[in-house]
Amino acid sequence: MEFTLWDILRNLLLAARWTVLLSLVAFAGGGIAGLFVLLLRISKRPWLRRAAEMYIGAFQGTPLLMQLFLVFFGLPLLGFRIEAWTAAVVSLTLFASAFLAEIWRGGVEAVPRGQWEAAASLGLHRIRQLRLVVLPQALTIARAPTVGFLVQLVKSTALTSIIGFDELLRTSNAINNATFQPFTVYGLGALIYFCLCFPLTQYARMLERSTVIPK
Amino acid sequence: MGNSLDFSWLGDAIKLIGTGAAMTILLVVVTAFLGTLLSILGALGRTSRYPMIRRIVKAYVELIRNTPFLAQLFFIFFGLPSLGIRLNPIVAAILAMTINLAAYGTEIVAAGLAAVPTGQREAAQALGLRPRLVFVKIVLPQALKIIFPALTSQIVIMMLESAVVSQISVRELTYEADLLQARTFLAFETYLVVTLVYLGLSVALRRLMFAGGSKFIFSGQP
Repeated sequence: MEFTLWDILRNLLLAARWTVLLSLVAFAGGGIAGLFVLLLRISKRPWLRRAAEMYIGAFQGTPLLMQLFLVFFGLPLLGFRIEAWTAAVVSLTLFASAFLAEIWRGGVEAVPRGQWEAAASLGLHRIRQLRLVVLPQALTIARAPTVGFLVQLVKSTALTSIIGFDELLRTSNAINNATFQPFTVYGLGALIYFCLCFPLTQYARMLERSTVIPK
Repeated sequence: MGNSLDFSWLGDAIKLIGTGAAMTILLVVVTAFLGTLLSILGALGRTSRYPMIRRIVKAYVELIRNTPFLAQLFFIFFGLPSLGIRLNPIVAAILAMTINLAAYGTEIVAAGLAAVPTGQREAAQALGLRPRLVFVKIVLPQALKIIFPALTSQIVIMMLESAVVSQISVRELTYEADLLQARTFLAFETYLVVTLVYLGLSVALRRLMFAGGSKFIFSGQP
């Protein structure tokens, strides 16, 4: 069978849908889980803070590929039947939660102490101080690095090809094996990643310029 | 005991894990060295007086920073041979890692150069130093001092990303882990041990860089 350039591009674009979907699911899941980790990380109890710190350190200090393998081979030991998609979602979600929690902690710390105290003096509980006063400001400050992390997450989905999830890079491998045109196939694959990431990078840069850090 | 983890293979595996780790360390050391040099050149290119050079450096940085490392590695290892450039896996891995690290490094070094007060450059010029010496002796050391923590982080990140060069059959830590688990059928245990080795390596690398940094870079500076 003969592959035209259009056939290659079309198949790569179809596979890129999975890259986008995986990125979005992991970003959303990681955001929710990350908020929870953030709560622990800035908790008043030292042992909770310490636990969250170790959680974050474990994900930042080991290769994502190892995290993928541990989930892919570990969950079946616990009795879960698992496919590449599930392993990819679970590990990227955990990965994202650790990084997002750390990014947002930076945001929380950039919010002036007086904001906490003002919220407390209004009679708000700690959780409501955080939800109504501190977090909205912290997340605004942390918008640029959050979008920056999304770029990293999109690129990280390429690793799921190794555990057999059919996203953009794995499809590139398959098409290359059929066409023997590695230069074209991997070139186009990289170009699609670029088209996904570059607008986000530019957006992050724009946010960075417009973000005002309170003194 | 059916559900417990089995580590009885570990005694025989230590040597393999050690060789794998040595290769990972070798890759990182070479890459850190070449990557930092290339980053300095890139940062100089970014502020070059020739618009063409500025544009090329900018395109390079954006292209690398917005594509996955694994895709870059495959492009270099599988794609370049069709242009007649055939590389052995280790060279391809070092090339891909260096190109990747330098793209981030260029931005980091450029930020450092911009952070050195202009007065330092002017003072050095006033003392009659030639432009090259002004850069090498006065501006660059101060810039490196400023960016050292960021550069260290980037090198540690590169070390962690180097796990994927096992995919082009470089015999580093992950590659040895793949072999081991294929032999023992104990995938989880194998990758758990190797993950801990990586964690140890990243902690050690960070400590070492800071210890070395405070000895060689931070001392004797104005």
